[in-house]
Amino acid sequence: MSDTASDTDSTLRAILSDVLGLSPDRVAAFDASTGLFGELPELDSMAVAGLLTEIEDRLDVVIEDDEVDGELLENYGNLLRFLEAKVGPGTVG
Amino acid sequence: MIARWPCPGPDGQSDEYALAFDRGRKARLLIVPPLFDEANRMRRMLVDTMRLLDDAGVDSFLPDLPGCNESLQDFSAQSLHARRRAMVQAARHFGATDVLAVRGGALVFPHTLPGLVLEPAKGGSILRQLIRARVIAAREAGRQEDSAGLLEAGRTDGLDLAGWRCGASLIAGLESAVAQIEGQRIVAQGELGGGGLWLRAEPAAAPEQSAALARIVLAEIAP
Repeated sequence: MSDTASDTDSTLRAILSDVLGLSPDRVAAFDASTGLFGELPELDSMAVAGLLTEIEDRLDVVIEDDEVDGELLENYGNLLRFLEAKVGPGTVG
Repeated sequence: MIARWPCPGPDGQSDEYALAFDRGRKARLLIVPPLFDEANRMRRMLVDTMRLLDDAGVDSFLPDLPGCNESLQDFSAQSLHARRRAMVQAARHFGATDVLAVRGGALVFPHTLPGLVLEPAKGGSILRQLIRARVIAAREAGRQEDSAGLLEAGRTDGLDLAGWRCGASLIAGLESAVAQIEGQRIVAQGELGGGGLWLRAEPAAAPEQSAALARIVLAEIAP
């Protein structure tokens, strides 16, 4: 549980569960290829903005405008990889 | 259920609406709603809480913030300062004995009343999120905008954010606003169980959260 990468993973899943109103079980089934923006109709621009702001608060990171692009939010794996790099550079991933 | 209250505005006094459960009881709770879209997302949960409080012998009032819901006031003329005055006026009109401020409502609630604050939001965070939504929407539409430039322009000319025409004074006020909590009990989302409904992309009822909030309010204000 002390592994930073898996903490980021579980925090991100919890945030997605809150934003999308999905059960923890459904969010636990997300894998790296699960589509986000464009595939989940709930994720409009306002919801994405809320998602990113909540991620910043809970993971204590800052996400810059130019880091937010279609690729970042294309699937769960891309978003998680990006955040793991921000939260704990050099930790086991 | 629907009550009117006299609200100060830029063109003098105008009537605003409030959802009210008023049976002239001793404990009278003013609920100051969240700002912007969060008010819509949380309204059902708050109204269900009001019904439970009504059953438990507490009167409650959920006023429209001027410029929102049924209000005829111009949204672009609103500022945090004006809304603070409006909420003081609503509290006085309804004879509120206690207050429950929710999220951004904590930036404009009458902090001289005892009561509770649910997950108070900072003005800067609210503004940052609204500007970010605009930048993302612009990018989808093939336009490039950046947060810093928008904020700079907003401070002098106001800004369209998520469908709201925010005046310069509202932008400037939000930037640095923090909740003035003076002894009110701070309620954390974790106490209600489940995720914060202000985060939820598609709003829904949350009976367990309403029940938990009603219990916490009742324990605090002891009718």
